[in-house]
Formats: sequence, C-alpha cells, structure tokens
Amino acid sequence: MSRGDGVNGEDGLSGRSRSIGDRGTAWLRTTGEDHEIVLSTRVRLARNLQGFPFSLRGASEDRKRVLERVREVLPSTRLLAEATLWEMSELDPIDRRLLHERHLVSRELIGPDEGPAPASSALALTTAGPCGLMINEEDHLRLHTLCNGMDLEAAWKQVDALDEELGRMLPFAFHHEFGFLTCCPTNVGTGLRASVLIHLPGLVLTKEINKVLQGIAQVGLTYRGLYGEGSEVVGNFFQISNQTTLGKSEDDLVDHLREIVGQVIEYEKRARAVLLREAPAVLEDKVWRAYGILRHARSLAFDEMMNLLSGVRLGLTLKLLRTPRVRTLNEIMIFAQSAHLERRAGRTLDEGDADVFRAALVRELFFVDEESAASPSESRHDAAD
Amino acid sequence: MLCERCQERNAEVHLTSIENDEMATVHLCTTCAAEQGITGSTPAPAPLADFLAHIGKSVDDPSRSEVSEPCPYCGTSSEDFRHTGRLGCPQCYAHFEGQLRGLLRRVHGSTQHVGKLYLSEASAVDDPTAHLRNLKLRLERAVELEDFEAAAAFRDQIHELEGVTS
Ligand SMILES: [Zn+2]
Ligand SMILES: [Zn+2]
Repeated sequence: MSRGDGVNGEDGLSGRSRSIGDRGTAWLRTTGEDHEIVLSTRVRLARNLQGFPFSLRGASEDRKRVLERVREVLPSTRLLAEATLWEMSELDPIDRRLLHERHLVSRELIGPDEGPAPASSALALTTAGPCGLMINEEDHLRLHTLCNGMDLEAAWKQVDALDEELGRMLPFAFHHEFGFLTCCPTNVGTGLRASVLIHLPGLVLTKEINKVLQGIAQVGLTYRGLYGEGSEVVGNFFQISNQTTLGKSEDDLVDHLREIVGQVIEYEKRARAVLLREAPAVLEDKVWRAYGILRHARSLAFDEMMNLLSGVRLGLTLKLLRTPRVRTLNEIMIFAQSAHLERRAGRTLDEGDADVFRAALVRELFFVDEESAASPSESRHDAAD
Repeated sequence: MLCERCQERNAEVHLTSIENDEMATVHLCTTCAAEQGITGSTPAPAPLADFLAHIGKSVDDPSRSEVSEPCPYCGTSSEDFRHTGRLGCPQCYAHFEGQLRGLLRRVHGSTQHVGKLYLSEASAVDDPTAHLRNLKLRLERAVELEDFEAAAAFRDQIHELEGVTS
C-alpha cells in the first residue's frame, strides 16, 4: 500500500520498505515493568525552530521550509538516521489512520478522515527503537518515545538524547525566562509531557477511583482517556500525565509522575486483593462472562470490546484465567480498531461490518492462544498477526 | 457549575432535551459541547480559550494589561490569542510578555524555566553574554547532578569565553 517506495531516495532510505506494515507496534510486547497494569509509557517534548511562525499559524511555504530543515539533519543524527519519514500527504487515508490508532501520531497531524492531510505534516519513526518525531503538528517538532510497561526513566533518557542531537543541528526557540517556546502556553518551559497508560479496574469496581483521580489532580497531575486530551475513558484505561511544564525541571516532573503512579499501582493491587477476598464469586463470574462473550460473540462494538477486555485482563493478572496472553490483549486493543480492520478486510467497512470483523479477529486470536497453551511443547506463535 | 463531562471548566452550554417522556438537561463547557457536536460554530477544541476568556472578564485582574498591537512578526493579536489559546510565533512571547506572565503563573504556578538549557552555535555568536550566563547555569546544574565530566567541559568553555571577552 505504500506509494512512497523508492520515491524518496534522498533520505538515504532507498531499498528499505516504506510500507507501514507493523511499524511502531513494538510497545505492545509485554517486556516492561508492571506491564499487566501499565500498558505503556510515553514521554514527549515540544520544540520549535527560531525564525518561523508556529506550524499552526505557518503558511504552507513556512511549513515546507521547516520540514525541509528537519529532513536535512535527520541523517546526521544517531537516533533517527535510520528512521523512515512519511509525509502525511503521501500516505493513503487508511495508513494515516493506522498510525493514529497505534498512538504514533495525533489527530491534528493527520487531519480529518475525509479530505487531504495538512500540508507538510510528517512523521519520522525508527525501525525498531521507541523514538518518533512529529513534524508540523501545532509545534514544529514533537519528539517522543513510547515503550511498554512502566519505564519513565528509560523513556525520558531516550527522548532527552534525541533532543540533544536535534538541538545541536536546529535552532530551537528558547527564552531565558520561559524556556522552550511552544504554540500553546500550557506546554512552554520544558515542553515535556510524560504519561502512563494504566489499567485500573480494581479501583473502578471498588469505587475508589474518584478519590484517586481527585488525589492525582491535587498533586499537579491530570488524566485523560486512551487518545489523549478530550477523549473518553474506555475499558478502565487512564492516561496519567503531568499537568504543568514550567517551573520544574524535567527530572522532577518525571520523578514526581513515577512516584505518584507507583502509588496508584499499589492502590490498584490492594483493591484487587480486596475484591478477590470479599467478592470472589462475583469477580470470577465477571471475568468468565467477559471471556465467554469475547470468545464467542459474532459482533462486537469497540467500546463493548474494550470493557470486556478489561475484565479478561483483570482475570489474567489474578490468575483466574490462563489464556490469552496479555500481549494478545494489547494487540487486540490496537488491531481491532476500524482502520486496522479495514486493512485486514481489504475494503472499507461500515460500522456493522466492522463489528463483525472485530468479533472474528478476537475469536481467532483467543483461539490461537488457547491452542498454544494446550500444547505447550509446540513452539508458540510469536506474532499473532 | 462545573461541566458534567470534564468536571474541569465552567458549564456554559445548558441543553435541555426530551427523551422517552423524560426531560433531561446537560451542562457542558463550550469545549466539551463543541466536541460533542452540540454547537456547530465553535472551532477546534481549545482548552485554554475558556480560561483566557474568564481572565479577560475579571476587571480587577492586574494581569489584564492587554497588548493592543498585534505581534509584529506574525500578526497574532491579543484577541486571536484569547480566542484560540495559541500563540503565533516564538516572538509572540516577547511581544505579549507582560500579559503572559500572569497567565503562566496561573497555569504553571511559575514563570521561570528551570529545566534543560539550550545552547546553540547561533546563540554563542549572537549574544555572547547570554551564552555565558547559560553556560554558568549549566555548570551549576551539572555540579548539582554530580555530572563532573560535563561540569569540567562547561568550565573549560566558560574560561575560554571569559578569556576572549575580557
Ligand atoms: Zn467540559
Ligand atoms: Zn508572533
């Protein structure tokens, strides 16, 4: 589906596949600490180039020049030399949606589903590593790392290193008092947003969640749903992040988040223990019902699926279930979204069709894990897709 | 009254509907209402816009000294900023400095960046004094972090610069 093959020889990537494939999904592998509770850790930095209007206000000529400057320096970096750079306008609409469903680009970067992509907006993504770079979102640059489980320190180190590299080659807009300048004053200073995507069914079921979320707000953190600002909380997944970016150092912001999330993980574990002790039959029923529906349903809406996956994920961590693997649950969350389903089906799907395809995918992946668990001597499927 | 959806901003849209013979009223902030598609005219969600609008309204606010001229570099006006919550270019920060300081204090609790410092080749050439000041701050930070290797490198650069300028 990649139409850019071979076109873009000048970035030193000729010969390498430019198709989206399964790029940027390494964070679904359950390698990180506390990966059953924490799905992913992300750290991003907002940076802008001196001498250009911010991308949100930039004329197409300005945006183009920003992209060209960045494109020029990438091969000289250590971390992004091997990265693929996709201009959103060169991708099919479905590829752009795939990237969004994988949490690699924002809505703003890809533009609306219908109509052309924003001019000169682009994503640079490493082949294997966790680093990415959005170009011409509202800021000129959004550097990010995305990794599995709870790994704030490593994620911050990576993005810090990338920032150092890019900062040596590009003239960042920096103010002696306000720090790194950003399009929105809520990002100014460090430009840093560190966030952790965390699964909190225990706290939701014990109705402790509101207390915890209020506590989070009181210590200067905030929470959102799966897709960042303004998105709904589904499947008991909460994205917890720092609220402010100015007046504290990056290390302090990251340490503070790590400390608080560490406490939330403890509360969650405690809530699960309470549930298991006080209401084992109710809990077990909930888990097995979720499993039964996912394993057999012929039509699943996305939100319904997410809520059921939450029950199954809880059942796995409490050892009430043996399959599927947590990694499979992670993959389903991404691969059972509409663009991924359409890619698989090879055609556009209306909502009803998508629900049917979604249910079929879930059944298949659950079945694969059941089979490999039943015959442990055989080598397990490494990738579900 | 707080918005029912985000529980963060003031509810400004009150929508009454009748469903199954039941009357229900939802109270939403303008941002959430726009996201829910309730007001078609509101542009893309701008979380700061509400906040800024409120600041504009409170007369006794000392930070209200609004800059009347638009930014000479990008043409962004005070009103644009209040409306979208977004600035137009890096120079906007200098142009709207007085107005921004109050806002930053409210949003972040501070106006002083204490994180990473940025040293470019260009800044060393353009403004050697600022460059030297940055180097000294970086040296302090490196010592605090016990990164003595980096500290030594910064000290050498400072000596070199001071040798040149004095
Ligand atoms: Zn709201
Ligand atoms: Zn400006």
